[in-house]
Amino acid sequence: MSQNSLLGVTTMRVDLDIIRRWVQPNSRVLDLGCGDGSLMEMLTSDGHTCIGLEINPINIQACVEKGLSVIEQNLDLGLDNFADKSIDMVVMTQTLQAVHYPDKVLQELLRVGREGVVAFPNFANWRCRYYLGFRGRMPVSKFMPYSWYDTPNIHFCTILDFEQLCRDLGISIVERVVVDEQGNSDWLTRYLPNIFGTTAIYRIKR
Amino acid sequence: MTDHNAPTSVGIVTPQVASFNEPLQLSNGGQLDEYQLVYETYGTLNPAKSNAVLICHALSGHHHAAGYHSETDKRPGWWDHYIGPNKPIDTNKFFVVALNNLGGCHGSTGPNTINPATGKLWGSDFPVLRVRDWVNSQARLLDSLGIEKLAAVIGGSLGGMQAMRWTLEYPHRVGACVVVASAMKLSSQNIAFNNIARSAISKDPEWHNGHFYQVDSKPRTGLSLARKIAHVTYLSDDVMGERFGRELKSGDFTLGTHSDYEFQVESYLNYQGASFAETFDANTYMLMTRALDYFDLAREYNDDPAIAFSHAECPFLVISFTTDWRFSPQRSREIVEALLAAGKKVTFADIESSYGHDAFLLPNDRYEALFKGFMNNVAKQLAGGNNDAR
Repeated sequence: MSQNSLLGVTTMRVDLDIIRRWVQPNSRVLDLGCGDGSLMEMLTSDGHTCIGLEINPINIQACVEKGLSVIEQNLDLGLDNFADKSIDMVVMTQTLQAVHYPDKVLQELLRVGREGVVAFPNFANWRCRYYLGFRGRMPVSKFMPYSWYDTPNIHFCTILDFEQLCRDLGISIVERVVVDEQGNSDWLTRYLPNIFGTTAIYRIKR
Repeated sequence: MTDHNAPTSVGIVTPQVASFNEPLQLSNGGQLDEYQLVYETYGTLNPAKSNAVLICHALSGHHHAAGYHSETDKRPGWWDHYIGPNKPIDTNKFFVVALNNLGGCHGSTGPNTINPATGKLWGSDFPVLRVRDWVNSQARLLDSLGIEKLAAVIGGSLGGMQAMRWTLEYPHRVGACVVVASAMKLSSQNIAFNNIARSAISKDPEWHNGHFYQVDSKPRTGLSLARKIAHVTYLSDDVMGERFGRELKSGDFTLGTHSDYEFQVESYLNYQGASFAETFDANTYMLMTRALDYFDLAREYNDDPAIAFSHAECPFLVISFTTDWRFSPQRSREIVEALLAAGKKVTFADIESSYGHDAFLLPNDRYEALFKGFMNNVAKQLAGGNNDAR
């Protein structure tokens, strides 16, 4: 479910580094769509206890080989197996756009977690706008390598869309970092994030 | 197919017998004054005696889990796909102990052995056993081998119940637990199937209230029927369709003619039932299915599986199979949920397979890779090479 290939590896690292700074010491962390376990491996070495949820068998295998705790689970079916506020930090990177019910997943995320981190690709990035606006085609690039008909990314959104959804769901945004393709957060991504940002990373809570 | 010379086979193995004369207290209030357990081992116990893995068998299993008994032995042990050099339970790394449980019929003390009090075969007078009695007797076997702590306890189906019970009864003696196609308790449907199987045996005129040995007979018809019912529930509709379809073994349906016919699936079931009835003991079948029915992991923990698992100290691997309807993936998810609620480290996978419950015994690339990946980490922890305290 995790689609790291949407972003360059360098960007991904920056995105993980930012999240790393946001996790309180000795936290119990749940990673929704944990991919190959890169983030969990990093957080485990920081002393946190991590559990990953994933549906891709190849990713599950990668996590097991790293000695990580991973559970085969479809996020769209909810997180019924986790009690309310049983997790300190629920993390979801590059997964929001791949679930069937992003709004329900977000609500579940903050039901089981005291706090959440959500990172997603900003579809209103200028490259996407150019692709769609001038070429009239769905954006395909090395960062978004899928064709529209066989992409796992079925719910792309923009920074404005996400923030509107948070308002609608009564979710408060504690912190936001927007980065460009190189993983930098410069004046352009700060002042015009919905145009120059490639990835948005939010720290949220109820 | 593997053979005993294959590099991934444990080769020729010889069963061993351990005798115990310290009484074993049983959960039904009684005790067994003395008993024997037949077992096999594969691989080498390291000097620290820390690399032992215990294999707990299922309903019709036994101590012969891997390898061959002789050069001419046609079939290997029941879990040979998963135990051997470079296999998931790698005998280059682990010392594997597989036993025949108490009450079994393959050499351990059970209904078809002599009751010292009467000098006759126990038959149905053999004490009713529960899963924890097996766990306690297994712990004694490990004591006799000088093994204080297991690197892992592993079991499928009824074996998974034993593995889970181990983690609650002897938490400090278990390094990791693998539970395959199992459940924390049987569903009503599952108990119903076991009831039908037991009825088939007890209604057989040759059952003689479980003392058929005295009249030199066997309830073959009943045991065969019990096995046939169970066998169907271990498979999926799809795999039976693929394997047998509506193929005829004999006869035909040409209009205007009549011949006796037999479907392939009938021929298969008749063969399976008949051969099982020859090699398995009806009293053991009764005893094992009763132990399955009784088992309820959380009964003594306020019926709260999370409280039960709070006693466990090891990481778990839980595996289910998509078409298993006897021990469905949902049962495994319940185990996972309880482990999570107890704050335990758990990994879970629902493996795609068309083979139903039987899948846990059969080759499957994903199952093998996952199992191996987990066990390799168990081995790494032993070696102390992994310094992160996951």
